[in-house]
Amino acid sequence: MNGVPLAAYIGLGLFMFTTGVVGVIVRKSPIVIFMCIELMLNSVNLTFLAFARYQMVPVASPERLQHSMMAGQMIVIFVMAVAAAEVAVGLGIIMAIFRLRDNVDIDEMNLLRG
Amino acid sequence: MNQTVGGVAVTPELLMFGAIAGAAAICAVGVVAFNNAVRSALCLVVNFFLLAVLYFTLNAEMLGITQVVVYTGAIMVLFLFVVMLLNLGGSKLVHEKSDWKKFVGILLGCGLFVILGAQILPQLVHVQPMQLDQDLAKFGGPEAIGRTLFTEYAYPFEAVSVLLLIGIVGSILLAKRRI
Amino acid sequence: MADFVQHLHPAWQALIRVVLFVLPSFMLVPIVIWWERRLLGWMQDRIGPNRVGNITFSRTSRFVPSLLKGKKFKLFGLLQPMADFGKLIFKEDITPTAVDRLIYFIAPGLALFPAFALGATIPWGPYPWLTPVADVNIGVLYIMAVSSFGVYGIVLAGYASDNKFSLMGGLRSSAQLISYELAMGMSLACIVMATGSLKPSAMVAAQSGPLWGLDYAPFNLIQNWNILTPYGLVAAIIFAICMIAETNRPPFDLPEAENELVAGYHTEYSSVKFATFFMAEYLSIIVYGIIMSTIFMGGWHLLPIRFDVMAANYNSFGDVWNLLDTLNGSSLLAPIWVIAKACAVASSYIWIRATLPRLRYDQLMSLGWKSLLPFATANLIVVAIWIVATKVANPVIGWFAVVVSAAILYALYKTINRLNLRNRPNLASRTVTMVDEPPQRREVELVDPAPAPT
Repeated sequence: MNGVPLAAYIGLGLFMFTTGVVGVIVRKSPIVIFMCIELMLNSVNLTFLAFARYQMVPVASPERLQHSMMAGQMIVIFVMAVAAAEVAVGLGIIMAIFRLRDNVDIDEMNLLRG
Repeated sequence: MNQTVGGVAVTPELLMFGAIAGAAAICAVGVVAFNNAVRSALCLVVNFFLLAVLYFTLNAEMLGITQVVVYTGAIMVLFLFVVMLLNLGGSKLVHEKSDWKKFVGILLGCGLFVILGAQILPQLVHVQPMQLDQDLAKFGGPEAIGRTLFTEYAYPFEAVSVLLLIGIVGSILLAKRRI
Repeated sequence: MADFVQHLHPAWQALIRVVLFVLPSFMLVPIVIWWERRLLGWMQDRIGPNRVGNITFSRTSRFVPSLLKGKKFKLFGLLQPMADFGKLIFKEDITPTAVDRLIYFIAPGLALFPAFALGATIPWGPYPWLTPVADVNIGVLYIMAVSSFGVYGIVLAGYASDNKFSLMGGLRSSAQLISYELAMGMSLACIVMATGSLKPSAMVAAQSGPLWGLDYAPFNLIQNWNILTPYGLVAAIIFAICMIAETNRPPFDLPEAENELVAGYHTEYSSVKFATFFMAEYLSIIVYGIIMSTIFMGGWHLLPIRFDVMAANYNSFGDVWNLLDTLNGSSLLAPIWVIAKACAVASSYIWIRATLPRLRYDQLMSLGWKSLLPFATANLIVVAIWIVATKVANPVIGWFAVVVSAAILYALYKTINRLNLRNRPNLASRTVTMVDEPPQRREVELVDPAPAPT
């Protein structure tokens, strides 16, 4: 929007990212950890789109400008696709583990610990 | 309404952004704070929806609507399915007793925010968006995204579709009881 | 009126457009409820509700003027939906104690919101300042997004009720909804590719061209409605089936059918909240009808005939072609045609409800994933081949390529299906084979009764 500084969007993205990091560290339930990972991915999306819109560095030609604006959008598309695939597989893993152990605490899943 | 706060003019757009972003931030905290997994998921749904609104304000309308379709409409439904099927909703199942590690985690998170923010944010306070003419304003629309996706980024597009196929096959194999 | 609207602040303009969309949709809900009950009754060889609101004036009372003594005024049961809503509002609102209160209270609202929001990008007529509510570049994708959002009301209603059957009904219903959204999106993608734009207003404009793109007589007298093209017909049928599944209507109403799961996800909801779910279902029927008629059946034009071309080519007596052209698509009657088409689609919903039995859940899922999605994808490939062939050569070669590619894809589908079911019993259709011979027919002997003793 006109009139909103870039720091506002980046600040929101940063806040969401750190909230996601805190959530991954603090929470015990794997589903909520997964949701915090999605939160981090979305904050990254917001940051990319903000930088694509607010072109901070002047570019040489209109083609480069178009390319630079579209690059932000493209990477967001790919991040969304990868996040969708990751959620599908990850939730499948979680369901397989829960079917086996019926346990919801991620601290208990330490079979690979040396 | 020509006041300035810290050097930034307060405009109606800034207030509206503040409202949406504030609600999104509160929902993000709610994801982490609720003990009940269903309420965390619902907070995340509201967060994604508000993020889609923010994408619309950034001229990225195709990505905003894709955010609603993919994230809010599919991924979060999947999360809610798993939470409800595994009955993780009640807070009586996981008694997360409050210990000192949680406070240390929150403190370290605030520290991360302060460290990163102090380096990045002050330089960006005075960056205003680029002026767009009619043609450039459609850079987030479906034609521009379709054209770029299928010409310049055709190879990553095909690679991502193979990745999604792998994801589909993998999740079906994980979920079957007998192959 | 357009000039007046143009000078207002954009927020007021948007509010006027929203009110112009929401009020007629809201008013149509009781009419569709009444029409469903009467039409369903007629198809089931009975009379629907016809008692509510009948006024019979007294024959002997002094307070009745003599003109009206003894007269009966029949209202054909038109007040029945009002009576239904009145009853539902005055019912006792029971909230079970163990429900998740917040989610229990927001679920009906969450179910009603997408039903209204679906029609925001659909134009009701050729008035650019008054409809659609938002003419965004992503029009059709907005419909997909809002219908994805409609899953939440159901799944949260089923979860919050603290009732295992409601939960199962809610989960089943949302699995059904997200399965049929895919085929719906694919069939919409066919039309988007053929039209070249995602906006419904551009689709309506593209549908007023000559039929099949052939600009000579007699094809240029008929409008190019998408349902009149082969790929559009297939896409329309797939879209119609997915539409019925999206609104949880019979034959896809397993999650809310009465003899299956009591009432499915809205078992524990009484009075006003149930009325909200009810209203949401009928409202989504109406709005999906409007969407289907806009995308497939030409929008606000009544007949698929191009009267302006007729006016140019054929001489007329008294300028009748231009009059018919104005009546057809460019006047104040346009919203009425849209509503009429939506009611026609709603009537087909009711007809299908009266005719087809309910689908079992595995039949439902296999229909969505194994039949509709491959057909919609094959249709998409056919449309792509048509567009390429029309661009490379002329339209006639394009249609020929359509027929050839459709035949190839159909053969491919059948061989894959046949290969798949090689060694497995086909459980979708359970037929019974008789292993014994049918029972022998006994000959009936006619025996005279014993003679009466004389």
